[in-house]
Amino acid sequence: MLKINNLQASIEEKEILKGINLDIKPGEIHAIMGPNGSGKSTLASVLAGRADYEVTGGTVEFMGKDLLELSPEDRAKEGLFLAFQYPVEIPGVSTTNFIKSAVNEKRKYLGLEPLDAAQFLRNMKEKMKLVEIDQSLLSRSLNEGFSGGEKKRNEIFQMAMLEPKLAILDETDSGLDIDALRIVANGVNQLRTKDNAFLVVTHYQRLLDYIVPDFVHVLYKGRIVRSGTKELAKELEVKGYDFIKAEVDQELA
Amino acid sequence: MHEENDDILEQITSSEYKYGFVTDIEADEAPKGLSEDTVRFISAKKNEPAWMLENRLKAYRHWLTMEEPKWPNVEYPPINYQDIIYYSAPKQKIAPDSLDDIDPELRKTFEKLGISLNEQKRLTGVAVDAVIDSVSVATTFKEELSKVGVIFCSMSEAIQDHPELIQKYLGSVVPATDNFFSALNAAVFSDGSFCFIPKGVRCPMELSTYFRINAANTGQFERTLIVAEDEAYVSYLEGCTAPMRDENQLHAAVVEIVAMEKAEVKYSTVQNWYPGDKDGKGGIYNFVTKRGICAGAHAKISWTQVETGSSITWKYPSVILKGDYSIGEFYSVAVTNNFQQADTGTKMVHLGKNTKSRIVSKGISAGKSQNSYRGLVSVAKNAGNARNFSQCDSLLLGDKCGAHTFPYIEVKNNTAVVEHEATTSKIGEDQIFYCNQRGIDTETAVALIVNGFAKEVMNQLPMEFAVEAQKLLAISLEGSVG
Repeated sequence: MLKINNLQASIEEKEILKGINLDIKPGEIHAIMGPNGSGKSTLASVLAGRADYEVTGGTVEFMGKDLLELSPEDRAKEGLFLAFQYPVEIPGVSTTNFIKSAVNEKRKYLGLEPLDAAQFLRNMKEKMKLVEIDQSLLSRSLNEGFSGGEKKRNEIFQMAMLEPKLAILDETDSGLDIDALRIVANGVNQLRTKDNAFLVVTHYQRLLDYIVPDFVHVLYKGRIVRSGTKELAKELEVKGYDFIKAEVDQELA
Repeated sequence: MHEENDDILEQITSSEYKYGFVTDIEADEAPKGLSEDTVRFISAKKNEPAWMLENRLKAYRHWLTMEEPKWPNVEYPPINYQDIIYYSAPKQKIAPDSLDDIDPELRKTFEKLGISLNEQKRLTGVAVDAVIDSVSVATTFKEELSKVGVIFCSMSEAIQDHPELIQKYLGSVVPATDNFFSALNAAVFSDGSFCFIPKGVRCPMELSTYFRINAANTGQFERTLIVAEDEAYVSYLEGCTAPMRDENQLHAAVVEIVAMEKAEVKYSTVQNWYPGDKDGKGGIYNFVTKRGICAGAHAKISWTQVETGSSITWKYPSVILKGDYSIGEFYSVAVTNNFQQADTGTKMVHLGKNTKSRIVSKGISAGKSQNSYRGLVSVAKNAGNARNFSQCDSLLLGDKCGAHTFPYIEVKNNTAVVEHEATTSKIGEDQIFYCNQRGIDTETAVALIVNGFAKEVMNQLPMEFAVEAQKLLAISLEGSVG
């Protein structure tokens, strides 16, 4: 589904990603972990197509297409979804309307008729249960005045509505209390099928107690320095990142 | 990101102004220039009574003593008032007795603008007075309205048929001496709409005037007067467009509203005069005086404007709150793009006790444009318990435009409560990227964000026009992000 080969990217001339290799197949959940500043969020942004980053080398194939050639909106419509670490607020635009625009833009791209109001609402009601999100929240302006937990739940709700092939969760757990974390994780688990995949970017192991990954990768200084199963995450939880840092720095030296 | 957005901006803003066509009709024109003879010429053309000519001449002589205002935050080369044609009327072979006799060319012009002069074909209940250059060419639903006592006709007809009402109210809210452009208008105005809602009548349909400038080198000076007697209600809409021309054209209108006890007048404008091209060439100078008076207790006047056109806009729809418990409202969305300049706002003059006013102004600037809000809230000594709430928000698209706010507050009574809130924001790259990531392209994202920003004002528009205005906003701005 997603094949990243020697991906390099920089921002303002500063190299952040220094050759990432990653292969994600349908049905898999991958976790990317790593200390602050290792390039986790950069990887998520580059895959989504944020223009601040310049890709300086490597290739990314998504569903058989050259992802890097696609505009951010076309990536989204091809089925790539990014749950933002800091979702933006858009005053005056109701969450419902926003999601309806997004859903119908995607349908248009896929050559489908737009959903009418009744179909859309039925769909929405169903997905609302998944993330335990309230109707009143959805009639408010997009993310305006939402609490941190509400914003993150809204991200997962949008993911549920858009049914992406690959969902990237960028530190979705940051700033969530344990209840909100469980709700978000439940949503993700229920949306998991054999055809879609998740890339979970996180600093902490605790999210992975709820969303159990098939693979865990440790990102450090712009490279994936260790890959393993969820046991690797457990090990990190106990030992911290320092032991990996020490090992890697030694290898590099 | 910046470059990319500039490209989109370039693409969108170079899209043509939709209403820029010219109708080829023979016109009856006054010679270029302004003098007492011009004033007499116009008055004679309209076959006006002596008192009307006298009013005009007085206004003209006063205008000669005045100077063009220099305080607005706009820049333009000096206007040569001798280089303008002050009267231009489409020649009609016969004076149309009924709507069926209107020159087919004129009918076509208005149809092209989406205004049907055919009563049967109107879907919505909206009566229209269609004004082209200096004259009103048709007014629809006159008979139906007259059944409930509502007078809706052109200003020329009103001067002939209802002289007592005109003499009583014309110039009573905006006197000729009020300002430079109102004096000019009082001297040379040639037509406009008159609307009178008698006591206790709720006008059964929306009334509207559609202004069209067609002839070259002419100015348009129209005059609108709305009188709502005790407990009357009317909702009024004004729309306007003009051909694309390289030279600037002057539009100096005056609108007066009188609302008596418990009367309510809602006046909505969707202003889409030709804004000039992307290099700032051409476009309409829109120098307009609009004012209403809540003459009786519990009266209410509400101005809603969506301003997307004109190269320069100078306009402050105001309310004089004379009656106790009267209410004034001003809802405005002003959009400027390319080289457009807008200096617009309102004046709320609290004279009566327990009067209330509310101002919601949303300025959106893009390109190299300048957008200013200028507003006055004044509370007189005897206006006990006056309340005002003002909200002025500016949205910037790109980094070459400007947003300015000039709020003036004069309070002479210490029981007044005056609140002013202002914000300035920029459409952020983060917002655009967020939309992009959800599959929404940049143009659609800007339209979404701008309409969200302007929503509070758009909600005030009559339903039929809200959709149109929303599209207009999107067209005026799509893609102009940085």
